[in-house]
Amino acid sequence: MGSPMSLVVESIAKRFDRFPALKGVSFSAPTGCFLALLGPSGSGKTTLLRILGGLEFAESGRVKFEDVEWLSLPARERRAGFVFQQYALFRHMTVAKNIAFGLEVRGRRTRPPRAEIARRVEELLALVQLDGLGKRYPSQLSGGQRQRVALARALAIEPRMLLLDEPFGALDAKVRKELRLWLRHIHDKTGITTVFVTHDQEEAMELADLVAILNQGSIEQIGTPAEIRRAPASEFVADFIDIKAEGQPNPVIAKFEPRALRA
Amino acid sequence: MSFAGALPSTYWRTRSALPGFGISLGFTVFYLSAVVLIPLAALIIRPWELGWSGFISEVTSPRVLAALKLSFGAAAIGAVLNSFFGLIVAWVLVRYKFPLKRLVDALVDLPFALPTAVAGIALSSLYAPNGWLGAPLMSLGIKAAYTPLGVVIALTFIGLPFVVRTLQPVLNDLSRDHEEAAATLGASRFQAFRRVVFPALLPALITGTALAFARAVGEYGSVIFIAGNLPMRSEIAPLLIIIKLEEFDYAGAASVGVVMLGASFLMLLTLNGLQSFTAARR
Amino acid sequence: MSNIAQVLRPRPATQDHPVARTLLVAIAALFVVLFLLLPLITVFAEALKNGVTTAIAAITEPDAVSAIRLTLIAAGIAVPLNLIFGLSASWAISKFDFRGKTFLVTLIDLPFSVSPVVSGLVYVVIFGMQGWLGPYLRDHDIKIIFALPGIVLATMFVTFPFVARELIPLMTDQGRDEEEAATSLGASGWKTFRRVTLPNIKWGLLYAALLCNARAMGEFGAVSVVSGHIRGQTNTMPLHVEVLYNDYQFVAAFAVASLLAMLALVTLAVKTFLEWHYADEIAAIHKH
Repeated sequence: MGSPMSLVVESIAKRFDRFPALKGVSFSAPTGCFLALLGPSGSGKTTLLRILGGLEFAESGRVKFEDVEWLSLPARERRAGFVFQQYALFRHMTVAKNIAFGLEVRGRRTRPPRAEIARRVEELLALVQLDGLGKRYPSQLSGGQRQRVALARALAIEPRMLLLDEPFGALDAKVRKELRLWLRHIHDKTGITTVFVTHDQEEAMELADLVAILNQGSIEQIGTPAEIRRAPASEFVADFIDIKAEGQPNPVIAKFEPRALRA
Repeated sequence: MSFAGALPSTYWRTRSALPGFGISLGFTVFYLSAVVLIPLAALIIRPWELGWSGFISEVTSPRVLAALKLSFGAAAIGAVLNSFFGLIVAWVLVRYKFPLKRLVDALVDLPFALPTAVAGIALSSLYAPNGWLGAPLMSLGIKAAYTPLGVVIALTFIGLPFVVRTLQPVLNDLSRDHEEAAATLGASRFQAFRRVVFPALLPALITGTALAFARAVGEYGSVIFIAGNLPMRSEIAPLLIIIKLEEFDYAGAASVGVVMLGASFLMLLTLNGLQSFTAARR
Repeated sequence: MSNIAQVLRPRPATQDHPVARTLLVAIAALFVVLFLLLPLITVFAEALKNGVTTAIAAITEPDAVSAIRLTLIAAGIAVPLNLIFGLSASWAISKFDFRGKTFLVTLIDLPFSVSPVVSGLVYVVIFGMQGWLGPYLRDHDIKIIFALPGIVLATMFVTFPFVARELIPLMTDQGRDEEEAATSLGASGWKTFRRVTLPNIKWGLLYAALLCNARAMGEFGAVSVVSGHIRGQTNTMPLHVEVLYNDYQFVAAFAVASLLAMLALVTLAVKTFLEWHYADEIAAIHKH
């Protein structure tokens, strides 16, 4: 990875009332990487993600992304696509309207013409393999389909950064496995810097370029999956990643051929 | 270390990404103050022009006391009647099937929806000495209209939905397990009801009855036509307030108003206390 | 199974004895008929006592018409204002966290527990002849009490909590996810509210507006205090009913009253309909 470090996080701290959710977290990641924030519940990973998305506010610290003072931008100006664990699809809008939302709410100057918006929606529906389902409502879709709509919606605004909060958490195991590889494929195709929160170490180690392991508000270790396996920085990491004896095979980063998703 | 964009939540509120807090809260507080709080404050301040002793003597004067006794007393009796019959109605609506059940269910909301003046003249007409129900009662020697009895009848009408609607969801959610256990242990249905079901319903019953009482105490429209409105005998407190206003005795009217307001607040606090108490016990 | 076998089969353990059941249903039915149905029937029966034409004449005579108009105007001002307030308060309370939230909700609920007459009294104390602003208003020839503004204010007071009370639990239940998603996609506050929040609460809003309106049009005690009972000018429909009744014009009184009763029935019907069909969206209200 020879790209410049475009995402720089410095000493981010956050408390909820008395509870310290994040205790001065710092790290950096290159442009276009697929970064996983991994950790048990309560480790602060979702809080960190939401701070990056502008949905929470840090008490101290600083974030720079592509040379922009990230935290001084309000959420709506960041163009950080956010995918929620419970999808947060607009229940009264069709799939197509959901995906088009980010484009339709733009000011007159930056809003594309209606035909263009429709075209992009079709494009994205094809990308997430939901062709022809544009007129359906979220309640008529399966969990896996809804999450793909959520992703398409986030991608519609051509985000600078893609943030996913345990996106497959509410889905069953088989669907998870399918969707996670497919997500990696989307990332490879679009090249967007992606930050992805999960508590499933297998998922993180299998998909990510860079994994940051959080525990109780601090980063225990950050590195490529191979680095972490080779040299876990602490007992917690070793335990969490479940590193067994030597000879552990390297994680398979998908040479992935897209096939029709059944989820 | 720059703090660009990193602001702490204040003691007072957690900073949020959603917009519009300032304007929505600001407007809310403004409107609330203008329409409710300031007028209420004005009312509470008014009696003080009489001084403390003046206020007390005003509030304890015979006519005022009689009116307060009637309003509170009749409301209490009505509430108790409602708790008994309301329980039966709620039970029957939740547990049984019978023809026109849906109609009965919708009717329970009638006192909520019907304007009080309409209810007032209807009840007055019904229980008047020559009314559909008043005549039979007269032949039994009972005079309903223009007496405290009439007040009780009207306040029972007003309070019914409170008891029934508070009990229904609780009854609905009650699982049959406990009753089945009681049955297997040999209890009769009545015993099962008295020992198992009723205690579970009691908090909701009390809440509903208290709500019915609170509503009935200040009721005016449904009562004013069927009450006799004779001072000292069948004059309700709200009517007394109006009479004092017409005599330009603002301080006197406000004094009675403050007493009624105080009673309302007390009821509100008790009810909230009851609800947190029952919630904690669950 | 033969009939005898069916009779001899024991009842399910939690089913009440048939005699008890019949008795309870009878008591409940009797109570409901006596206390609820009869008064309702009386209204229409008395109105039509002298025939339909007399009833219609009572509704169309000038004082009645101006009473109807005044009622519509007062409700037409009070209900939308309280709707805006309700939306504003529910937005602040359901989408944000701040200290004093419970206290604020209690304050909003206050008018619910205040007697209607007291609700009118509070405005007389300020704007009446002997009120705080009495002399000032008289000097400037501004009429609030005994005129439309006073009636509107009293109506606003008594219907104040209706919309907020329905919307707050509904919007709290619906959560903040969709609004957060909209914000992350670049929508401004207004756009988020208009495109995401409003469509989600539309049935709850209708339900609340309906109840608010029914109360606004039917309010008697509070308006009675501030109105002055000037025939043809400051009488709303409920007040006009009172005036007619006290004048022993019973049929006319009931005729106007039946208009109000029909409003109540329509409100109940629509309310029931909404509760059946949009249970999810209004269910939150009944949990609280």
